[in-house]
Amino acid sequence: MKAEFTIPVVTNIPTTPSVVDGAMAHSRPFVAKSDHQSALGFPEELVEDWHDRALAKMKELLGKYRSLQVFMDSCVKCGACTDKCHYFLGTSDPKNMPVARQDLMRKVYRRYFTFAGKYFPWLVGAVDLTREVLEEWYSYYHQCSECRRCSVYCPYGIDTAEITMAGREILASVGIGQKYSNEIIGKVFKIGNNLGLPQPAMADTLLDLEEEIKEDIDVDVRLPLDNADAEVLLVTPSADFFAEPHVDGLIGYAKVFHQAGIPWTLSSHASEAANFGLFIGNDESMQKVAARIREAALELGVRRIVVGECGHAWRVAYSYWNTLIGPFDFLDPNYPAPQHICEATYDLIQAGALKFDKEQNDDKVVTFHDSCNVARGSRMGNMPGGQFIIPRALIRASCNHFVDMREDSIREGTYCCGGGGGLLTDDLTELRVKGALPRVQALHEVIEQYQVTHMAAICAICKSQFTKVLPFYSLGMDMIISVHQLVGDALVMGSEQ
Amino acid sequence: MSIVTYLYAGAFYLAALILVVGVARKVGVYARTPAPYKIPTTPAPITMPGVAWRMFRETVFFESLFKASKWTWLFGWIFHFAMLIVLIRHLRYFLDPVWLWVAIISPFGVYAGWAMLLGLSGLWGRRFLVDRVRYISAPSDHLMLALLLAIVSTGLMMKYVWHTDIVAVKAFFLGLLRFDPAPLPSDPLLLTHLALVVILMAVFPVSKLLHAPGVFFSPTRNQVDNPREFRHQGIRSS
Ligand code: SF4
Ligand code: SF4
Repeated sequence: MKAEFTIPVVTNIPTTPSVVDGAMAHSRPFVAKSDHQSALGFPEELVEDWHDRALAKMKELLGKYRSLQVFMDSCVKCGACTDKCHYFLGTSDPKNMPVARQDLMRKVYRRYFTFAGKYFPWLVGAVDLTREVLEEWYSYYHQCSECRRCSVYCPYGIDTAEITMAGREILASVGIGQKYSNEIIGKVFKIGNNLGLPQPAMADTLLDLEEEIKEDIDVDVRLPLDNADAEVLLVTPSADFFAEPHVDGLIGYAKVFHQAGIPWTLSSHASEAANFGLFIGNDESMQKVAARIREAALELGVRRIVVGECGHAWRVAYSYWNTLIGPFDFLDPNYPAPQHICEATYDLIQAGALKFDKEQNDDKVVTFHDSCNVARGSRMGNMPGGQFIIPRALIRASCNHFVDMREDSIREGTYCCGGGGGLLTDDLTELRVKGALPRVQALHEVIEQYQVTHMAAICAICKSQFTKVLPFYSLGMDMIISVHQLVGDALVMGSEQ
Repeated sequence: MSIVTYLYAGAFYLAALILVVGVARKVGVYARTPAPYKIPTTPAPITMPGVAWRMFRETVFFESLFKASKWTWLFGWIFHFAMLIVLIRHLRYFLDPVWLWVAIISPFGVYAGWAMLLGLSGLWGRRFLVDRVRYISAPSDHLMLALLLAIVSTGLMMKYVWHTDIVAVKAFFLGLLRFDPAPLPSDPLLLTHLALVVILMAVFPVSKLLHAPGVFFSPTRNQVDNPREFRHQGIRSS
C-alpha cells in the first residue's frame, strides 16, 4: 500500500519511541460545515466572542462533570500514562501522550480557574486561551479515540477520554465542530442511521441477504424489519447491513435467532446502534440518538432489546441507556436490558440450544481483538471481566484453532484499533494507520508464532478500520472478521439433531 | 518570648487554616459536582464492598501505577509509605503522653527518612532521564520535589549533624495546640525545616497535592459497575 507518509515499521520487539515534538501537529480532520453544526444546535461557524464562550462552556462542564473537575486537579505528572496511548506509540508526538493531551486543557484551566495559574502562570505552565491554543485542541482532541487505555494505568484513574470529550464539546460550542461526527449524527436525527439508509433501501438489503443465505445453505433464515410480533428488537450498527466483513456478522445473528426459534426484528426507526453523541461529548445528542431505540421498542411492543457487535454502541447501551432513556420496566425482567448479542448467543449455548460444527472453521487460526469500549467501558454477563470471557467462549465454541495475543495488548490493556472515537474518516488516514501500530505489532507476533490467519472483533469501527489499515502493513484486509461470522459459519442449522 | 516564636506560631496557624479550609472547599466542590453517568473503568467491581476493596488496593498498594510502570511505582510507593511512617514519628511532638503505637513505630521513622530521600531522588531522576517525563514536567513539578527533598534533608541533618532541642520543640507545638505558644529554639536548621513545612501546608490546596483527596472522588475508580441493574441518576441540580 502506498502512502504519503511514512508507515511505521513493525519490529520484533515492541519499543517505546523517543519524543518527536510536533510530529503530528499537521493532523486535523475536516471542520463541520454550517449545516452539520446547526443540525446539532451548535453555532454555524467560529463565533466572535469565542474566547468568553469557550471559557463559559468550560466552567459549565467543570460544574457538570465531577470527572472533569477531579481530573483537572489531580494529575501529578507521574508519567505512568505516557507510553500507554497507541497514538503516541505510533506517531512519537509527545502531545499524544495522555497527560500531555490533558495538559492542553489543564493549562487553560489553571490559568482561569486556579489560584496558582492566575498569579503564577509560568510556574505551573498555565497559558492564556488563544486561537493557537484552540487550533491545538482541535488537532490533538481529534487524535484521541477515547479508548480509555490511559485510565487503566493512571493511579487516579484519570480518563483522558473524558477530557477529549469536553474539549470537543467546547470546540463545537464555539463553532468548530468535526465534520465526520456531526454530519453522521445529523443523519441519525433525520433518517435514523449513520449511513442515511432509508427504510425501503433497508428492506431491499435485508431481502437480498435472505436470498443469499438461502442460496448458501438452503434454509429460510429471515431478517425481519419492523415486525410487530417480535420478542427481540435487534439494534445493530448500520454498517452491518452491507459493509464487509460486518454483514457476515449480521447473517450470524440471524442464524442464531433462527436456530433458537426466537422471533426477532430490526427497526427502520431505530436502525442504528452507533451513537456518535458519545464521541463529541454532547449528551443531548447522545440522548436524542438513543431515544429512537426506546421509541421503537415501545412501538413494536418487544420484550427484549439486543445490541449487535459494536464497541462504543455497547458502551452507550450498557452504561448510558438506563440513565438516558430508561427505565426499561416495559421489557422482560428475565433478561438484562439491554443485552449484547454475544450474551444472548452465549446463554443459548449454555442452555444447549445451539449445535456447532467447528470443522467449518478449520481453515482458520483465529485471534481476538478486544474492542476498547467493550473492554474498558462496559461488561457482559454477571461477573466483572465477562466482556473478555464471553466473546472468547463463542469463538472457542465455533473454532478449533484460537490463540490470544500478547497479554498486555488484550483484555483491559487492549489497544484501540486506531479508528475509534469519531476518527474513522479518510481525512485522518495517516493518524489511523499510525495509531494501529501497537495492535498490528501484537498481531504480527501471533502470525509469526502461530500462523494466525484471522482476527475476530465485535465492533463495526474496528472492522472498518482494520479493513482499511491492514493493507498498509502488508496484511490482508480480509483478516478481520466478525465473531458472529465464525458463529454463523459453524452453527448447525435445521432441526435434525 | 522571641519574635521568631511569634512569627512561627502565626505562620503555622495561618498555614493550618489555609490547608484545612482550602482542602475542605475543594472536597466540597468535588462532592457537590454531579457524576451524571456511569463511567467506571471496567472490569470494575459490581458491589459496594468490591469498590471499597478496589479503592483500598489503589490507595494502599497503588495498584494501577504498579500495572503501568514498575520504577515509578517503586519510588512512588517507597516515598509515600515512608512519609506515612515519618508523619507518625512526628506525632510525638503533638502528643503528651505519646500513644503506645506511635512510640512503637517511631524508631522506624529514622530509616523511613532515608527511604523518603531515596524515593524522592528516584522520582526526580525520572524527570531528567526519561524524555517523556521530562517533556511533561513544569517548573512546579521540579519545585515540589525540591521542597520535599529539602524538608527531608533538613530533618535528617537535625537527627545526625546538628541536633536541636527537641524537648523545646515539643513544648512549642503542644503550646500551639493550646493556643499558648512556648519559646521555639532558634537554630537555623530547625527554622528552615519548619518554614519549608509551612510552605508545603499552604500550597497543598492550590497544587497537584490535591491528588490526595482527588483519588477518592475519581468516578472511574469509585463507581460500582451496575448500570443495568440500577438506574443511575447522578444529576443533582438542573
Ligand atoms: S483515551 Fe486512548 S486515545 Fe485517548 S489519550 Fe487515552 S490512550 Fe490515547
Ligand atoms: S498517569 Fe495520571 S497522574 Fe500520572 S501523568 Fe498520567 S494522567 Fe497524570
